[in-house]
Amino acid sequence: MTCRECAEFLMEYLEGGLGDAEREVFDAHLRACPPCVTYLDTYRETVRMGRDLCEEAAPEVPDALVEAILSARRR
Amino acid sequence: MTSEPTDDGAEDRADERALLARLRAGDEAAYEELVRTHGGRLLAVARRFLPQEDDAHDAVQDAFLNAFRGVDRFEGEARLSTWLHRIVVNASLMKLRTRRRKPEQSIDDLLPGWQADGHPERPAQPWRTDALEATQRSELRRLVLEKIQALPEGYRNVLMLRDIEDLDTEETAEAMGISPGAVKTRLHRARQALRGLLEPHLAGEGSE
Repeated sequence: MTCRECAEFLMEYLEGGLGDAEREVFDAHLRACPPCVTYLDTYRETVRMGRDLCEEAAPEVPDALVEAILSARRR
Repeated sequence: MTSEPTDDGAEDRADERALLARLRAGDEAAYEELVRTHGGRLLAVARRFLPQEDDAHDAVQDAFLNAFRGVDRFEGEARLSTWLHRIVVNASLMKLRTRRRKPEQSIDDLLPGWQADGHPERPAQPWRTDALEATQRSELRRLVLEKIQALPEGYRNVLMLRDIEDLDTEETAEAMGISPGAVKTRLHRARQALRGLLEPHLAGEGSE
């Protein structure tokens, strides 16, 4: 397995979508290739940071928007 | 002050049932309560898809009007907040579709480069994001959102729906009008591209 193939199948690997034999080849590559382990870690971190965006506190809904919605309903 | 929906408590469920009954009865105050309780969260979702504030407001307004019209069809098995979330996601996507569309950019320039033997042109560098303080985390969120906006739209929307708005592959495929296989391919490429855009800011010494 090359690093390129490792990157290509990374999502399937992380989601458990690889068969046993493919997973074994993948694991063997990771044991021998620290840069691919770093790539995997930072890929996972990218996904985690995306999910973190939902953690931002919700804004107050502006009164003007509330009014616009309620008056559009009455029309 | 708006009250925020909390966890799956029986009391919340009872409050939701009471609010739904008032909405179905056409109680004017119930409409305002729904908007004030859930409007902030829906606005946050719409802003992630639509950086223009006017567009985000339009999407929230469309979402609530759709919700008002559909309240009789809401069966109460899902949480009201989950139902409204799906509605505002769809309203945001609809708003994106009605804007003048730029030709879809290729994502290839944002993907990792490879040597002929399959080694990376630039090996990945470790990131230092684990020891950030609250203010740095807030800055990091802004950076991540800015880089997500730099992705080509078809990839950006799949990443937003799957990784941020937490839709599953089938739901994302339906919302985007593409196959589940295309969702998986686009999601992986979008994550790789986003990783590449974030790396210069996060590798080595930590965030800039």
